[in-house]
Amino acid sequence: MMRRAAIAILALLGAALPGLAGEIGESARRSGYEFMSADTKAMQDDNTANPAMLSVLDGETLWRTKAGAAGKSCSDCHGAVDVSMKGVAARYPAFNAASGAPVDLGQRVNLCRRQHQEAEPFAPESRELLALTALIARQSRGMPITAGDDPRLAPSVAHGRALFMQRQGQLNLACTNCHDDNWDKHLAGSAITQAQPTGYPIYRLEWQGMGSLQRRLRGCMTGVRAQAYDFDAPDMIALELYLTSRAHGMAVEAPAVRP
Amino acid sequence: MPAALVNVPAKAKRGAVIEIKTLMSHVMEPGYRHTAAGEVVPRDIITSFTCRFNGAEIFRADLFPAIAANPFLSFFTTASESGRFEFEWIGDNGFVATASAAIIVE
Repeated sequence: MMRRAAIAILALLGAALPGLAGEIGESARRSGYEFMSADTKAMQDDNTANPAMLSVLDGETLWRTKAGAAGKSCSDCHGAVDVSMKGVAARYPAFNAASGAPVDLGQRVNLCRRQHQEAEPFAPESRELLALTALIARQSRGMPITAGDDPRLAPSVAHGRALFMQRQGQLNLACTNCHDDNWDKHLAGSAITQAQPTGYPIYRLEWQGMGSLQRRLRGCMTGVRAQAYDFDAPDMIALELYLTSRAHGMAVEAPAVRP
Repeated sequence: MPAALVNVPAKAKRGAVIEIKTLMSHVMEPGYRHTAAGEVVPRDIITSFTCRFNGAEIFRADLFPAIAANPFLSFFTTASESGRFEFEWIGDNGFVATASAAIIVE
């Protein structure tokens, strides 16, 4: 009996190990922040020097602006953003019972717009959507990421992980080839980093503007000469969800600055 | 009014050197870029920044096309008396933005 149990455990380990090979151990995880220069770190740390805070200011205005046929603002239902939205972004992407699928923070804002404000949803990467998500994400600063805890999300996390492991594009690279296996190295002059999405939406110096995790992922896909997923595609959300669950317990830095 | 962030210490000792930091949201389109269709994207930049203290100009900067979006300017001054700093950004296409901040000098 004991022996059979031991064999069963070994078999389980054997099944799990090939998948785990190359993945980053919990204690070795590092936020993109730690790969940045002292100047860029200082820019993120100082709320009056962090350009993402301009987007947060825009978000505060939008939060109080009435919109749509219902003539309601975010604050009419949710009240003060620093109370109602505290810790919310740390849970996203989260399970949406109505669609039976995960939604990311931007999609959640747009669902709210459509259902409760009866307004047109914001376009992906629009100034308004980035401003509202930056404002909401800012309310979770310093809190541990918990996305992916919901057991209903397990299939989506697994799907996202499969996408992360799958080679794609003309360069035939999977996300894992760089971000698990070579995160301590450089690609041209830039640090490769571990792809821990702790600070989105971010102000990226290369973009001279704000961008979501989806925009960043599309950049990577184009970089390996693959067909980038469409904004809000189910694969995109699954990949976002897996990445965020991979950073489970790391502190939210949003809105972060990245080079 | 476009979003601006200014950082002035609320209080300072008389004669102390203080740092003033300003961040202004602006695209700073240099006017040298082309669209996919080959058309030049017209220049749209902030051209000048001024800081006045109790009405007197204490700092001015001219800005040019090579300056990054959302220009961040920081400079130092000496705290002489209590009063109000007024900031003004002027740019292409009639762009004007202002901000102000008070300081108490003890």
